[in-house]
Amino acid sequence: MNYQIVVGLEVHVELSTKSKIFCSCTTEFGGEPNTHVCPVCSGMPGVLPVLNKKVVEFAVRAGLATNCEITRFNKFDRKNYFYPDLPKAYQVSQLYLPICRNGKVEIEVDGVKKYIGIHEIHMEEDAGKLVHDPWDDCTLVDYNRCGVPLLEIVSEPDFRSAEEVVAYLTKLRETMMYLGVSDCKMQEGSMRADVNISVMPMGSTKFGTRTEMKNMNSFKAIYRAIKYESKRQIEVLESGGVVTQETRRWDDNKDASFAMRSKENAQDYRYFPEPDLLPIEISEEWIENAKKTMPELPEAKRARYMSEFGLSEYDASVITAERQIAYLFEDAAAICGKPKEVCNLVMGELMRLMSDTGTLAEELDIDPHKIADIIELIDSGKINRNVGKEVFEAVFKENVDPVKYVEEKGLMMLDDDSLVEDTIDEVIKNNPKSIEDLKAGKDKAKGFLVGQTMKALKGKANPQTVNKILNEKLSKILN
Amino acid sequence: MSLNTKTALEIGQMIKNKEISSVEATKEMLANIKARDEKVNAYITVLENEAIAQAESVQAKIDKGELTSPLAGVPMAIKDNICTKDILTTCGSRMLYNFKPPYNATVSEKLEKNGAVVLGKLNMDEFAMGGSTETSYFNPTGNPWDTARVPGGSSGGSAAAVAARECTYALGSDTGGSIRQPCSFCGVSGIKPTYGAVSRYGLVAFASSLDQIGPIGRDIKDCAEILTMISGHDPKDSTSIKRAAFDFSDCYDGDLKGMKIGIPVNYFGKGLDEDVKKPVLEAAETLKKLGAEIEEFNMDIVDYAIPTYYVLACAEASSNLSRYDGIKYGYRRKDCEDLLEVYYTSRSEGFGMEVKRRIMLGSFVLSSGYYDAYYKKGLQIRGLIKKSFDQAFEKYDMILSPVAPTTAYKIGENSSDPLKMYLGDIYTVSVNLAGIPAVSIPCGFGKNAMPVGLQLIGNVFDEPKLVKAAYAFQKITDYHTNIPEMVKEGGDK
Repeated sequence: MNYQIVVGLEVHVELSTKSKIFCSCTTEFGGEPNTHVCPVCSGMPGVLPVLNKKVVEFAVRAGLATNCEITRFNKFDRKNYFYPDLPKAYQVSQLYLPICRNGKVEIEVDGVKKYIGIHEIHMEEDAGKLVHDPWDDCTLVDYNRCGVPLLEIVSEPDFRSAEEVVAYLTKLRETMMYLGVSDCKMQEGSMRADVNISVMPMGSTKFGTRTEMKNMNSFKAIYRAIKYESKRQIEVLESGGVVTQETRRWDDNKDASFAMRSKENAQDYRYFPEPDLLPIEISEEWIENAKKTMPELPEAKRARYMSEFGLSEYDASVITAERQIAYLFEDAAAICGKPKEVCNLVMGELMRLMSDTGTLAEELDIDPHKIADIIELIDSGKINRNVGKEVFEAVFKENVDPVKYVEEKGLMMLDDDSLVEDTIDEVIKNNPKSIEDLKAGKDKAKGFLVGQTMKALKGKANPQTVNKILNEKLSKILN
Repeated sequence: MSLNTKTALEIGQMIKNKEISSVEATKEMLANIKARDEKVNAYITVLENEAIAQAESVQAKIDKGELTSPLAGVPMAIKDNICTKDILTTCGSRMLYNFKPPYNATVSEKLEKNGAVVLGKLNMDEFAMGGSTETSYFNPTGNPWDTARVPGGSSGGSAAAVAARECTYALGSDTGGSIRQPCSFCGVSGIKPTYGAVSRYGLVAFASSLDQIGPIGRDIKDCAEILTMISGHDPKDSTSIKRAAFDFSDCYDGDLKGMKIGIPVNYFGKGLDEDVKKPVLEAAETLKKLGAEIEEFNMDIVDYAIPTYYVLACAEASSNLSRYDGIKYGYRRKDCEDLLEVYYTSRSEGFGMEVKRRIMLGSFVLSSGYYDAYYKKGLQIRGLIKKSFDQAFEKYDMILSPVAPTTAYKIGENSSDPLKMYLGDIYTVSVNLAGIPAVSIPCGFGKNAMPVGLQLIGNVFDEPKLVKAAYAFQKITDYHTNIPEMVKEGGDK
């Protein structure tokens, strides 16, 4: 029998607010254990939460970008469970009135487009981290991450392949990063997904029993886990068994999933409205304002780069893959008015240097004016393209000022034609063999003479000028 | 000099007039504590040296003119569920037997700013759950009028300390009557403020949507002054309300002409002691003589107040008290095999019976399958109760009722019967459910010579009306100036 895979995702995105959701502690990643904590986020007796408004703003932005309805009357609820990484023994979340509902995100796999439904997006606080110390055989707890704001983006079970899941995650990540609501650093856990998988006979409309894999933070692992788990479920069914509803743990090293806890042991979270926080009302005006200040999303950017700047689809999608690069490109293009040349520099030099040095887009610190300056220098004939690349590398690595750098290093082109003329005379005199070759019709020799001239002038001559003068001289000699 | 008959405001004035120093007043209170607290057990922590040092520094500021608050230099004490920086804050529980918060409650900050001298921390029912102060891990408090009887609760230590003159005034907290009922039992005055009037930041939560901190004092004028000092919006408490400060300046003319007071007849039926009923109805007559119009009306919804209160309060409590897990602070059973054992044993041994009962009740009503039947229904009835009060306040300026169905009972008399205990809250819990203010003032004595309290309930932020009526009543009565025998003995010294 053929089976249909069905997947639904709950994606957690850590918001890039400066402070935590209910106190003023920093959200910065890392830090010595328990240094980013205060009585509020460590759940001391008698303390109270105060909502960080930025979290609501970010949630609304995320909702608008995923075509959701925004809930006007919002509440927080408490999700109660005991675990040492949760100091209050409840997580403040949203169950009854999540901030966003009924959205959709368009994805494309192998040229086929489809919509993935967004069931809801809700705001909540993150928990701390347990660290097991095998040396002392004890478990330590770090509350630094407690109270870092999260959005949980719950999709409908609309995925029918692992490829669709990855396309969706890629799009979601790109969108959240462009919105500035999250840095989505998978390795730091600021984007992670719970994956629900089931299989059903092809053509059936009744979903099979699902299993869940929690807290997955790599697209590759998610892709492999879906492939593996769907295959496992199909094998269970084919051998006459039944799939148990359970939480499974994916082990990426073993390339297999293992049962963790079944539904019978499922927790009763005893949700109820959080009495320490007032309901949040979101006005029409607020939403309108959020719409107006929404940044342009990658898809729109790609289309605009192609139509407005004449970039190829490939170039446009590479540049827009990371927000920082897209902004750098746009800003530099706007300053110098030469998008194509900026594109060439970005696609060629920037990408090469980033991959050579292992630099991430978010680590880039390049002033777009400097890129514009380099392009100006090339275009005005003050430096040639190769020198341009060298200057760019210096900007990338040492953050130099391009104009000063060119001056100080003496890289400026020579505009003294007599020096070029003298040098060419010298080169012709020293290379009689080349002249012989040219006379014999071997045109290649001309390139050699240009090269020798450039070498003698340390590359600072304008190649066009060199070519022009050399042609004049040669035509005299050869005729 | 004996301060036994003096109010906090009078003592504050004496300090300003240099008739007495803050240190002298503080030392007298400390001497009273020494003489009486062995019997009363109102204090969990006495800050003897700290209080004297604080009095000295406050006095210096008063002398320099830096502190002008009417209560500057006046010694007082705080219920032990209000956080005081680096000072033991136990909530009357073994669970927090060693807990010293690294922060102050907002009210503690306000007290400090106004030059209050803190004598110590007061006994209470464990986590404010109870009406007799018998559930405290630190032994019951005795009623200064008869130490074999309870002082009420949960702010029993606060009311008893004021009645025994072991402090001039105290802060308590009221979730279902925890300020008003002990005031009634101990013959002192208290205010349960409008929900949101006083910041809850640093008040160890019992039921977050019901808890309010309030004053307990010798008379209503003291209470009004204390409330002025501790109230106001606090950015640290999202449920505290932004509005102009209370103004009680027009409350002290003793004239109640034009005031309409409603008496809910169904508050005076079965279950109410004659001993309480008589003085409360007489108090209504007194208010009438002062010019108020009295009218009877019906408020049937109150029959649902107790079950509604216990469903909602316990639900919130079950969640609020989950953080006491033996991991971060407070009591922790050592030598446990695994995490679950840490949880089980720490919570089993750290909490007392009543707290555990309410945690179980609360967890039950929130569990899946029961949420709609209990918690959700409770919220709906809460809405109806609020509506009934709204309707009553369309007709009346305030509502007059008893505080508790009985006077103070003997220690141990009711402690094995939780249901009977819960029924003692019948006249007070609906006020918390509606989020409205009420005062409790002495209005007589029962046949057992124990004090009886009168409750005046007002609309949201109508504290000034309540204070006006209570002041007028106290101006022509002397129930509030009566002092227990033990205090007289002390005064004769």
